[in-house]
Amino acid sequence: MKTLIKNGTLVLRDGEKKADILIEDGKISKISANIKADCKVIDAAGKHVLPGFIDMHVHLREPGFEGKEDIESGSKAAVAGGFTQVCCMPNTNPVCDNAVVVSYIKYRQQQVNLCKINPIGAITRGQEGKAMSDIGKMKEAGAVAISDDGKSVADSNVMRLAMEYANGFGIKCLCHCEDANLVDGGVVNEGYNSTLTGLKGSLRAAEDIMIAREIALSESLGIPVHICHVSTYSGVEIIRSAKKRGVKVTAETCPHYFILTDDIITSFDTNTKVNPPVREDKDRKAIIKGLKDGTLDCIVTDHAPHSLKDKQVEYNLAAFGISGIETSFPLSYTYLVKSGQLTLSRLMDLMSYNPATVLNLGGGELKEGAPADITVVDLNEKYVIDSKKFISKGKNTPFNGFEVYGKIICTLVDGIVKYAE
Amino acid sequence: MLKRKDMLGLYETDAEEICEILDTADKMREFLDGKNKKSDLLAGKSLITLFYENSTRTRTSFELAGKYLGANEVNISAAASSVQKGETLIDTGETLDSMKIDFIAIRHPMAGAPRLLAEHVKASVLNGGDGMNEHPTQALLDMLTVRRKFGKIKGLKIAILGDIKHSRVAKSNLFGLKKLGAEVWMYSPETLMPKAIEKLGAKVAKSREEAIEGADAVMGLRIQLERQHGGLFPSLSEYSKFYGVKDELLKYAKKDAVILHPGPVNRGVELTPTLIDGKSSEILEQVTCGVAVRMALLKLLSEYREANL
Repeated sequence: MKTLIKNGTLVLRDGEKKADILIEDGKISKISANIKADCKVIDAAGKHVLPGFIDMHVHLREPGFEGKEDIESGSKAAVAGGFTQVCCMPNTNPVCDNAVVVSYIKYRQQQVNLCKINPIGAITRGQEGKAMSDIGKMKEAGAVAISDDGKSVADSNVMRLAMEYANGFGIKCLCHCEDANLVDGGVVNEGYNSTLTGLKGSLRAAEDIMIAREIALSESLGIPVHICHVSTYSGVEIIRSAKKRGVKVTAETCPHYFILTDDIITSFDTNTKVNPPVREDKDRKAIIKGLKDGTLDCIVTDHAPHSLKDKQVEYNLAAFGISGIETSFPLSYTYLVKSGQLTLSRLMDLMSYNPATVLNLGGGELKEGAPADITVVDLNEKYVIDSKKFISKGKNTPFNGFEVYGKIICTLVDGIVKYAE
Repeated sequence: MLKRKDMLGLYETDAEEICEILDTADKMREFLDGKNKKSDLLAGKSLITLFYENSTRTRTSFELAGKYLGANEVNISAAASSVQKGETLIDTGETLDSMKIDFIAIRHPMAGAPRLLAEHVKASVLNGGDGMNEHPTQALLDMLTVRRKFGKIKGLKIAILGDIKHSRVAKSNLFGLKKLGAEVWMYSPETLMPKAIEKLGAKVAKSREEAIEGADAVMGLRIQLERQHGGLFPSLSEYSKFYGVKDELLKYAKKDAVILHPGPVNRGVELTPTLIDGKSSEILEQVTCGVAVRMALLKLLSEYREANL
């Protein structure tokens, strides 16, 4: 089966180029000007043709929390957001700490058959931070990494052993960095706005200490490690200096950390509650700088859909998290590319090539022979984010009403159109 | 006329409104000295006190304020409520609203809870203290006490000593006093001082003496025992030694300075017993002013409701 994407502007790793893409048997068979083929044609005139986005940090909530999201609704939201691959975190119920749950997720992916889904297994059984999960069996069943996302493994020796053991299977630990004792029930960044609102604050140090520990383990052991959702300026600096020393550390951040500051919490809107918390302007700026200079490798969404009842409560009681998969590209494009901070090619590295590389997923760029995971976008049309229109079950976003550019026109996975506007 | 349906905090209340509340409360304070403490100003209106935390004086004060003005009055405490059956605050609020309640005085351990309630009910919500956020009626009664003593607030220096970090009283006082032109100084162990409080207008003292120097009012804040267990300071005796307000410190304050405390007092911890019971103490007058301030708020919010809802 063939498909031809004609007249679009391709975003390649080394820049943009007007060309056509011919897809055959789910792969990009040819990239060239004026391809002629007798097949289905997608006219991308005036549009940009991008490598399908890869989100290495999402919560699909299934099994166990289908009221918040399930694999079908999450997959539909993903392709609507331009994502062709996602990696789902293991904090489900039951926790994805064994091969059976990994296999279940893979099975559900085949049933739903929209985006590719790569399960992430738990580092420890039940994410309890004590005994190692069956890492080898999970890898065999299709897990691409391990993480106790939602918390850190508090015991440094448990973490060390998990990193070593997982390294034997060629998979990485994705580290949620949070010293729980130091957070001590904090729900927002500790600073002016926590004092103003009386909401309990959490210091940057609670995140930084764990970033530093994971890097120390990685450096001592010579094993690569990945730092999740960096939110602090000081965390960026710790990672930058580690990279300079040659430590094999990679790191990600999310749109809310490079767009928002904790000024938004003064509304007490629980849609602003996220872990780690959004911080101050110097953090926001440092994260943009980290994205520009390569300290931060990936943009992820930490897509954390919640039902209304999880959020329509007192701020302290509200669930942490932002439903972000449908807004990630337009927000990143608007606030990083349109604002002149990054080129579109560089954004695609952050949203596609680098995640593919960090987790060894394959794909992540438009080139001949690669899987035809492709997203076509219209960068000219301005629109307003409206959570009521989200496909995800989670309508929880602090970005309602934001004006953005970058509308997803269609999303192809292995050459098949899985979303069209 | 107030500009709002609810009294959630002094951060959002402007100086003009605060003055109107204090002026009205002044009259209520006179009323409380009268022989017949019964008015029909709020006849036919109903007030619910919805308290999710223990309280004796604030709750009783709201109750009496309502009763003195002739309102119907019902109390709900969290222990006896449907909270334990898992009902959300919004559901509770909508239920009370359906019973045609006019005023809800709420105390809640979580910051922002009164605001959440206010957004979902037609009744006027009076914040009786929410977590570490605000306690506006306490600050207003402190301001009324001080204003009745000195005839003004502008230009006064108020020293607040104690657990500032967990104190909604300190914050509401800071917001209110600053708006009326007072200077607010604070002193506490660093573990009990919130971040960036200076940016909210407070002056942070380096010693008790600096805080109290030239002060017109010295306010001690209650030290909660659980803070000690939380490791925020080593012991009550050490706290009292380095951070308590002693008799001899009062010499740094103005001659006619007053002693304030939101209560209940830990005698000998925040303040010495001689200060609590001494001639400078306005602690019991604060309690009376508390009823007056709450009466004033009920009256003014009722007028707002008549005019706007």
